[in-house]
Amino acid sequence: MTKLVEWLVGVTAVLVSWAVVSFDLLDLSLPEAYREVALPMPLYLLVSFGCYSLATVGYRVATFNDCEDAAKELQGQIKEAKEDLRKKGLKF
Amino acid sequence: AGNELYAAHVSSCLCFERISLIFLQRLVLKQFSLFCNYCENNCVSVFSPSSSQSLSSESWFLWKQSEGDFDLVSGTRYKGDGGVYGWDLRRKLISRGANFLTQVLLRPGASDLTGSFRLYKRPVLETLVSRCVSKGYVFQMEMIVRARQLSYSVGEVPISFVDRVYGESKLGGNEIVSFVKGLITLFATT
Repeated sequence: MTKLVEWLVGVTAVLVSWAVVSFDLLDLSLPEAYREVALPMPLYLLVSFGCYSLATVGYRVATFNDCEDAAKELQGQIKEAKEDLRKKGLKF
Repeated sequence: AGNELYAAHVSSCLCFERISLIFLQRLVLKQFSLFCNYCENNCVSVFSPSSSQSLSSESWFLWKQSEGDFDLVSGTRYKGDGGVYGWDLRRKLISRGANFLTQVLLRPGASDLTGSFRLYKRPVLETLVSRCVSKGYVFQMEMIVRARQLSYSVGEVPISFVDRVYGESKLGGNEIVSFVKGLITLFATT
């Protein structure tokens, strides 16, 4: 099963159960409260997911490590390499 | 000149019988020889030459591999004390955003798919390369996704990614478009 198919199956399952509850498709005669809660669910879920995404990406960008040490180390190694090669006669 | 001169790179080539590196720095060589024996020449490291990484960190990859007998060890910029240097906010945002999208859509079991430092067991590398169909750096993503598909074990090592000192780093509109295309292809086919 590809990821696409997994998603389609999942989304279909959610939508079908939502439709059944909200529009009383199977004549289940559920209490009114269930219908009221279920009706705006897809929109709520989308908005929640949007907020979660923004919060997660924002947090991760804020905590993205900056490695000063690695950069210094690299500069040092470049210098050493240049010196070494210069000694061996290579011209830059 | 610059990074390509001094740093040890193994460009993604299958034909290496063992980890072979071009050494130009004696001090790096000393650290590495300790681990060569340990690994028994059964692993191949794949380093993309677009980034610079001190050779000493390769020893971390080997150590990690032996620690859990992983089929694949991947360098990650996003976990542990991995990180970047010299990235502005825009670049960090794009990187994290793209990675988040990838995680949601592909659930790959690894935190960094576009990082360029990996260590593979030789037979694993051969199998994966024979199955991959994409080109460019989407190929890197596909390797890990296929590895997950084939139930290979993946270990992770934090890496520090320092921008290249000479030359231009590429992150233009084209790159983003090809990334999205690659992502959708992987989403639909794996």
